[in-house]
Amino acid sequence: MESELRERTRRLLAEHDPSDTDRLDFLRARFDAGLAWVHFPVGLGGLGASRPLQAVVDEELAAAGAPDNEPRRIGIGLGMAAPTILRYGTEEQKRRFLRPLWTGEEVWCQLFSEPGAGSDLAALGTRARREGEGWTVDGQKVWTSTAHTARWAILIARTDPDVPKHRGITYFVCDMTHPGVEVRPLRQITGEAEFNEVFLTGVEIPDTHRLGGVGEGWQVAQTTLNNERVAIGGQATPREGGMVGVVAETWRARPELRTPDLHQRLLKAWVEAEVARLTGERLRQQLAVGQPGPEGAAMKLAFARLAQELSGLEVELLGEDGLAYDDWTLRRPELVDFTGREAGYRYLRAKGNSIEGGTSEILRNIVAERVLGLPAEPRTDKDLPWKELPR
Amino acid sequence: MSDLLYSEIEEELRSSLRALLADRCPPAAVLARCESPEPYDPALWRALARELGVTGLQVPEELGGAGASLRETAVVLEELGRAAAPVPFLGSAVLATTALLTACPEDALLPRIAGGERAAALAVPFSTAPDAAFPATVRVDSAGTLNGRVTSVADALPAGLLLVPAIGGQGAALYAVEAGAAGLGIVRRTSLDLTRQLADVTLNGVPARRLAVGGAAEQAVRQALLTGAGLLASEQLGIAEWCLDTTVAYLKERRQFGRALGSFQALKHRLADLWLEVVGARAAARYAADALATGSADAAVGVAVAAAYCGAVAVRAAEECVQLHGGIGMTWEHPAHLYLKRAKADQIALGTPGHHRTLLAELVDLPA
Ligand SMILES: Cc1cc2nc3c(=O)[nH]c(=O)nc-3n(C[C@H](O)[C@H](O)[C@H](O)COP(=O)(O)OP(=O)(O)OC[C@H]3O[C@@H](n4cnc5c(N)ncnc54)[C@H](O)[C@@H]3O)c2cc1C
Repeated sequence: MESELRERTRRLLAEHDPSDTDRLDFLRARFDAGLAWVHFPVGLGGLGASRPLQAVVDEELAAAGAPDNEPRRIGIGLGMAAPTILRYGTEEQKRRFLRPLWTGEEVWCQLFSEPGAGSDLAALGTRARREGEGWTVDGQKVWTSTAHTARWAILIARTDPDVPKHRGITYFVCDMTHPGVEVRPLRQITGEAEFNEVFLTGVEIPDTHRLGGVGEGWQVAQTTLNNERVAIGGQATPREGGMVGVVAETWRARPELRTPDLHQRLLKAWVEAEVARLTGERLRQQLAVGQPGPEGAAMKLAFARLAQELSGLEVELLGEDGLAYDDWTLRRPELVDFTGREAGYRYLRAKGNSIEGGTSEILRNIVAERVLGLPAEPRTDKDLPWKELPR
Repeated sequence: MSDLLYSEIEEELRSSLRALLADRCPPAAVLARCESPEPYDPALWRALARELGVTGLQVPEELGGAGASLRETAVVLEELGRAAAPVPFLGSAVLATTALLTACPEDALLPRIAGGERAAALAVPFSTAPDAAFPATVRVDSAGTLNGRVTSVADALPAGLLLVPAIGGQGAALYAVEAGAAGLGIVRRTSLDLTRQLADVTLNGVPARRLAVGGAAEQAVRQALLTGAGLLASEQLGIAEWCLDTTVAYLKERRQFGRALGSFQALKHRLADLWLEVVGARAAARYAADALATGSADAAVGVAVAAAYCGAVAVRAAEECVQLHGGIGMTWEHPAHLYLKRAKADQIALGTPGHHRTLLAELVDLPA
């Protein structure tokens, strides 16, 4: 399979020379050749190959200077919407959504969290009512990253308030260009408005944009949430990839900043980063031989802790320069730009790593209950109809 | 043993200060000011001077001050930290005032600074530790005017007067420079801490009045930095207290999974641990303030302990505050970020905790 993939990749490059092919045309051709995500089915950007073989393709393409689909810009689509559509979507939905999602022509966002439902996502109150052939949605979402650039959203809404909270939820694809969708920037700690408030008023969604069964949205959402954790914590990185590399570079370049105290802390973090990297690598190897381990949940936890430790260390290391900030201007960026900004930004933005996509506290609960098998906290709300829950 | 409690007078001072700050300096007002072209609050500064007389607490009464001790000054810093108040108290009433009182205790400038008519700032980078070498980035030329540059000076923007350490013919010297002086430039930096802005000061042949030379100048700067580092711990305590109180209140009220978040044992233990650290920070900050106030022989140790401990507690409290507020804690609208930014900047100010641990190593004979 590996040599066949190399062969295919070279054929793609021969037929669409990246040096004189339009970027989007190249990406579309790559998708159609099954080289977008090789583990996806044939016809949907893949070849039904094993996931780790993607590295073979990526390596060939990178060597040839081929354009990529800016994976960081379209992270929610790639990491969360795509696996959910693949698993729960109809053939028609898969054909409609996956190609422009992967090429980045259509950006996705995730309309899950609400002011009253964050960690307890299943408590959400945004309502979807049956109306003829489709649904009408009313409610408010919050902390929605990339809502201002998104064409589509994955959305969970309450379709039955009379049953317990986990059972009355349905999962939809929402058209962000619908006039009932209002996106308002919500400025964050860094000065930017990377996330938004989203108000949904009489938003009509055709039933063909439902993913999974009516009332079964919670199970569907589990696929999204599990993939989100892997997407946030799970990318393969080289040694000194990510934040540890940034700090290590500063350390090497500016000997005058060094102190014994910071040296110890840097080395400790360096070891932890390397161990986290190896744990991730081990997890990938387990997946490749069909033995998925529970380490997935640990990766996002480790990633958040390290990013915060290292970015805090970097600000201290810079001393006088750490007292400065690069820019407080209110901007609406398309992506989180860790490396393009300065230490203060990294420090502040990394605070979100332990909140977005499930907080570190919730992940620890998951590890304790699902991995270690410890008993859950007593739950009083599990069997009560949603509408009777105290709020 | 020194007195680690608060006196009745100190508690009275605290309550009137807290009432004033609750009224004039609520978080929403601080946020709004941070985004305005005038990041400091002159009206609040005037109120602190006229209504409470705290701008010159440690200045003797005959020079227009309150003749109080550094213990009271520390209480003021606790409350200003708790409010993340955008006033130049640390720069003026602590750093500059201490330098001036040490170098020339009768100077005619003192009454004006004490009365709050003009704020003053000590022109050294805010990250300078008490044991740093005497600053040498400003030189005195043969005409007696100052030339050079000082970066990241705290509270220089609203200051009417700068105390500038400089190197002249006789070595170290301390000069007074009027804010409007010809050749003086004060340029605002984009600061991590929105509530205490830093500025770069440039001097091109600036006329200045000499306050002290040689050992006296050196001693003035060192004493100011040592006092600043010791009292900054009280500000850090105030920050940590606000963060703990605010988080506890939020977790009592915020419900998820059908119950108050504060009822989850995982969070209870974290807050209990944090409380423990705040208790420790209070003792450390009090000891440093008392040792500085009484001129104790142990002041250097007390300051190093407080600076090493309290800086980390404030940062941790602010980080916990952001984390435990969840998504709201990551927004600009919620004041938690003001405290996180101040706590992180304070951690670097006047020597990092790591630096103070190194100083301590020497003081208590635990060499590396
Ligand atoms: C930068 C950023 C980007 C985001 N992007 C998106 C997005 O694109 N789309 C979207 O839908 N959402 C998004 N979110 C929202 C995010 O998923 C929620 O903020 C998160 O799930 C926490 O919910 P909450 O804010 O309501 O906090 P709460 O649930 O109120 O939690 C408050 C605190 O209590 C803790 N806690 C809660 N329950 C427990 C428990 N049982 N045991 C112990 N501790 C507990 C939490 O960990 C947290 O520290 C984003 C958030 C951030 C910060």
